[in-house]
Amino acid sequence: MYHLWQGFSIGAVVIGGFVVVLFVYAIVRFRRTGDNIPRQAQYHLPAEVLYTVVPILVVFGLFAATLVVENKEVSNPKTNVTVDVNAFQWGWKFTYPGTETVVIGQTTQDPTMEIPVNTNIHINLTSTDVLHGFYVKAFNFSRYALPGVLNQFTLDAVKTGTFTGQCTQLCGLYHSLMFFNVKVVTMPQYSAWLAKTANPAAFAAAAKTTKQQTSTQVPTKPASSQGSN
Amino acid sequence: MTDLITPQVAHADDGHPEQEHHGPTGILKWMTSTDHKVIGLSYTVTSVVMLIIGGLFAEIIRAQLSSPNGTIVSLAQYNELFTMHGSVMIYLFAGPFAFGGLANIIVPIQIGAPDMAFPRLNALSYWLYLMGSLTMLMGFFTAGGAANFGWVAYAPLSNSINTPGAGADLWIGGLLLTGFSAIFTGVNLTATIFYLRAPGMTMFRMPIFTWNMLVTAILILLAFPVLTAGLIMLYCDRHFGTHIFSVAGGGVPVLWQHIFWFWGHPEVYILALPFFGIATEIIAVFSKKPVFGYKSMVFATLTIGALSLGVWAHHMFTTGVVLLPFFSIMSLLIAVPTGIKIFNWIGTMWRGELWFSTAMLMALGFLFTFLIGGLTGVYLASPPLDFFTHDTYFVVAHFHSIVMALVLAGMGGLYFWGPKFTGYLLNEKFGKIQFWFLFIGTQVFTFPQYILGLDGMPRRVAIYPHSPQWKSLNDWSTFGAILVGISMIVFVVNVGYSWKRYPAGDNPWDAQTLEWFTTSPPPHHNFYRLPQIRSERPTWDYNHPEHRSLAHGTGGTSTHHEPPLANAIVGMLEHDQDHGA
Repeated sequence: MYHLWQGFSIGAVVIGGFVVVLFVYAIVRFRRTGDNIPRQAQYHLPAEVLYTVVPILVVFGLFAATLVVENKEVSNPKTNVTVDVNAFQWGWKFTYPGTETVVIGQTTQDPTMEIPVNTNIHINLTSTDVLHGFYVKAFNFSRYALPGVLNQFTLDAVKTGTFTGQCTQLCGLYHSLMFFNVKVVTMPQYSAWLAKTANPAAFAAAAKTTKQQTSTQVPTKPASSQGSN
Repeated sequence: MTDLITPQVAHADDGHPEQEHHGPTGILKWMTSTDHKVIGLSYTVTSVVMLIIGGLFAEIIRAQLSSPNGTIVSLAQYNELFTMHGSVMIYLFAGPFAFGGLANIIVPIQIGAPDMAFPRLNALSYWLYLMGSLTMLMGFFTAGGAANFGWVAYAPLSNSINTPGAGADLWIGGLLLTGFSAIFTGVNLTATIFYLRAPGMTMFRMPIFTWNMLVTAILILLAFPVLTAGLIMLYCDRHFGTHIFSVAGGGVPVLWQHIFWFWGHPEVYILALPFFGIATEIIAVFSKKPVFGYKSMVFATLTIGALSLGVWAHHMFTTGVVLLPFFSIMSLLIAVPTGIKIFNWIGTMWRGELWFSTAMLMALGFLFTFLIGGLTGVYLASPPLDFFTHDTYFVVAHFHSIVMALVLAGMGGLYFWGPKFTGYLLNEKFGKIQFWFLFIGTQVFTFPQYILGLDGMPRRVAIYPHSPQWKSLNDWSTFGAILVGISMIVFVVNVGYSWKRYPAGDNPWDAQTLEWFTTSPPPHHNFYRLPQIRSERPTWDYNHPEHRSLAHGTGGTSTHHEPPLANAIVGMLEHDQDHGA
């Protein structure tokens, strides 16, 4: 993807630079000097064909590059870890199916999604109420959380550390405060964290609310929420 | 009435017959007129007022963002402000200014028509627009405040559970009214351009501005009814429990996005094409040259119009529920005709005699700013790149480069055509001061936003408590917005200062198209007489018969006398047609 960005930037700088040079040259060179009437040239077919055909070729080049990167990005490799991410007004719930861990946080308490490094993580993204945007700057990726739709994608974090994520799609009053963190740790740390945070009661309650919420679409306060706005 | 007489007997400085039109004057004239010039002026003034209102909202937004934990407005007020900023600028300023204001005044005169095809429908358009605008703004005076779901009103945030207030309903109602106003203007422009052209004004002799307005009008007719339908569905969802966009009743929230953007992307070009037309006219006149590549310009406009109907889902790449490659290639392809336009503008300037009047500076400022907005748009057409820029300030910066380019072109249009419909020039010194504030302000407020977007600042957030490092770039952006605000003050001062001060005369710029053949302001029904129309520049041909347009490879000097072959053939065909008429 970084190479795609570079490719687009090279194209933009070369073409944009070329246009700006022509533009500035025209402004400087063809200032009015008197009341002369310049030659009234209106057409120059070869030039017109050239600046039609070349951009078409450039565009198809960019499109080809886009396709290559895009196919890689939307592919579904085999995954070992699954996280159900549920967005709601105004917070996030991260459920780890097959374990008994659930993390919930809203507005001022940013929840942290912990994932192992160098592992394909399967994300099931849903929304309880309105549209939300799952966006982690460090992953250079965002995806809408849509009510009534299960959006799935794969993440593979290549570096450990804690990264900030945020809702990018306007979702009402506290949209500006809908943060979360992604903490990327090593696999052993991740397993230890899962064991430590296992909470069967909360997990069962969260699973129940999720079911209710998706069936009625009425925002319900998550069981463990203690947030006050 | 209008006579068609040959240049041999008509002279521009002939005395004009007394104007025989006794209508009401003053406010009664404004309220009852069906004259396209009066209606167009009402549209222009109203839409500039909307620009100022929307601009004030923007200044408050920028003031709020100048601190990571800004407290100038509350979160709720902030949502209302950016919603209404976008709504006012897009629904109530940019479109109405272009196709209700300038096009309404200029298109009939450019094609030698006495008025729009349906003058009363035209008046109805204006009143619908004014009432719609007031309706939408009225939201601020309701208990729940104005609409606060963003100018795109995404379902299900816009349903009655999440946005219960009356402000949202007023927003829908206002938009329905202005939508109908736009549709009626689209009908009117299409009919006028197809049926009211003067003898000799063939399609390929229409000025580019008129061409662009024709394509705009057709896009309006294709796109706005879809928005109207969508708004009615949204209203039914809110009040009659129809569940079109709600999951609970089996509806599909994303359907709203499809409907909205099926209107919304053509709308981008409905906004842009008129301003491309304005810039084209200005650049040609102040380069003292014909529009370079006139025909490729027309085909580029048609291509943009056609492609714009097939790109709507590039606003929805990150929803995960659209086919990416199709909308990606369609969106990328729009860069081609747009690029042709940019090269044609530069080609028009090439070897010209550039006169840097305020109008020309505005048009050149448009060209540069639009180039930036266009190049960054290409990034967004690529889904993998959109995945990390979507809903960030990168997008905000991209479309503000575009719309600020349109504002520059629109201002150029006022300096260029204002003298035609008011009879008075605007002061050039104030104009140039305004240009530099507007142009520099635009770059200063958009460039930091590109960087902020790439650094991950999402749009529509009132505070950024976790990222205080964004403050300095936001401050630069705010500073730029203040410069833009000052430019608007300079504009208002200039209008006041120049009020009836500098009589313009019929053709102050040695311009080329038909509107400069008549008086400033034009009489009732626009023309006492018309010149021969043998190209897209009848006024120029009349004033400079020895300087006709040259095709590639014809004529070596500027004093070439023979018309090019193609023109000669068309001229012969026209000759027969004229004699039949």
